[in-house]
Amino acid sequence: MSRQACFAEALLDPQQPCPPGLTTWNGSDPARRFAVYRNNVIVSLVDALADTFAVTQELVGETFFRAMARLFASAHPPTSRFMAFYGEAFPDFIENFPPAAGVPYLADMARFEFLRVRAYHAADGVPVATAQIAAALADATVLPSLSLALHPSVGVLKSAAAVVSLWAAHQGAGDLSSVVPDTPETALVLRNGLDVEVMEIPLAAGVFVDALLQGAPLGVAVEAAGQVDGDFNPATPLGLLIQKGAVTALYSLRRTP
Amino acid sequence: MTTVIDHLTINAGALPARSGLGLKPEHFRAILETRPDLGFFEIHAENYMVDGGPFPHYLSQIRRHYPLSIHGVGLSIGGEAALDEDHLDRLAAVLERYEPQSFSEHLAWSSHGEAFLNDLLPMPYDRATLSRVCDHIDRVQEKLQRRMLLENPATYVEFSASTLTETAFISEVIQRTGCGLLLDVNNVYVSCINHGRDPQACIDALPLAATGEIHLAGFARDTDAGGDELLIDSHGTPVAEAVWALYRYALRRVGPVATLIERDNNIPAFEVLLAEARNAESMLRTTTCAGAPA
Repeated sequence: MSRQACFAEALLDPQQPCPPGLTTWNGSDPARRFAVYRNNVIVSLVDALADTFAVTQELVGETFFRAMARLFASAHPPTSRFMAFYGEAFPDFIENFPPAAGVPYLADMARFEFLRVRAYHAADGVPVATAQIAAALADATVLPSLSLALHPSVGVLKSAAAVVSLWAAHQGAGDLSSVVPDTPETALVLRNGLDVEVMEIPLAAGVFVDALLQGAPLGVAVEAAGQVDGDFNPATPLGLLIQKGAVTALYSLRRTP
Repeated sequence: MTTVIDHLTINAGALPARSGLGLKPEHFRAILETRPDLGFFEIHAENYMVDGGPFPHYLSQIRRHYPLSIHGVGLSIGGEAALDEDHLDRLAAVLERYEPQSFSEHLAWSSHGEAFLNDLLPMPYDRATLSRVCDHIDRVQEKLQRRMLLENPATYVEFSASTLTETAFISEVIQRTGCGLLLDVNNVYVSCINHGRDPQACIDALPLAATGEIHLAGFARDTDAGGDELLIDSHGTPVAEAVWALYRYALRRVGPVATLIERDNNIPAFEVLLAEARNAESMLRTTTCAGAPA
């Protein structure tokens, strides 16, 4: 094994001995000094996770969170030199982390917080002019085949827990004690200008937006949402997306002559 | 022709011999609203490798009013493996977009295999490492089409394989590649205390004529297994008095040069950082260069 391979492995695994070939000017044990690097690496990764998953940390407390994050970081160090999206796999890790089973909504809170970070750094998008949308929506013959490109920041999380209410209560908005955690909520996350916004939407609206995100034309998206809610009306979620500047292009596959 | 020259002048222009601060997202708005009198801002290149949103938005605006230093933390110039060409591409894109007056990186490694370790790790100072580091710097300068500055590291261990001192190693890298020196005075102090060396002698032994920027930062105190002081390059406290003294010593040899106050942890109110930058600036203003010792 190369010197750096050995060094890297020992950094991430505290059970491993200090790598060979290290010296100190005063003859003291280099293991104590190597521990500084070991600590720097793990603490920097745990700090990065704590930044991204702030409410997740509040839900279980700093001690529990940092112990869990430390295990994740040792097993899954970043694979990119660009750290903003470090922790994409953390929600799945939490989901399968037995000591966190007592907080069943913890993984979804982490998924929600990751969506917020993704939205914050997502590419900028220029909203389609309202007049253009109005014209397109007025033509009933092309409407079902109309596809909408959504702003790159748009994300949906369909959760069995009250993620949006819990998150809002942790921002000081709303009363935490009035939130019933196991109330299912669907979250819509997007960036409107420079601000990341989150809102709770009906499950059918979440299915509708998800279908649009996957490129489905309006007709298909409405049908998918209709399977969840027979009374689904696309006007509400569409209006919301338009109001938030989240529709960035319109395509029609079948053009009227 | 004039346009071409102007363009080159902007790109090639050095940082002013003034003090600067690291740019923090929590200060974006305040900087644009109050336009503090500062010589420059510095960013970590990797933080701005994002597609859109507030980071590029605010940096573009701030860049219109201030000179910029881009400091890389992820290139792994001391790595055993070849440079990550994708990362170099992303770096080139960031430099092209923001046209900084200076680009710098570390004499350290931070990646191995698939893993990015998010820390600046040490290496032995031997001939094989020297030749690899020079090859990597040559590649960076060729790709970016500009001279880079190389920062001297803060280290906690040394290697039995080393055959050169750190200062001799850095001198030879700079001589062979033509890169400049980012003189991190805090790192000189931290490494000298950690390895029983004399900080002033280390400053004197560095290739000071190549200095393009100075870094100042705070450290944390620890002890090693022998009970001797071990300083940690934490960037989480104000600049220590001993480091200010070493800075004044360095300035007398280097002359006035762009100086950054680095603070990455326990970030205080902007005014507190501004006061530290003003302190550096007053030292810069009263500097009379005695030149490097013969």
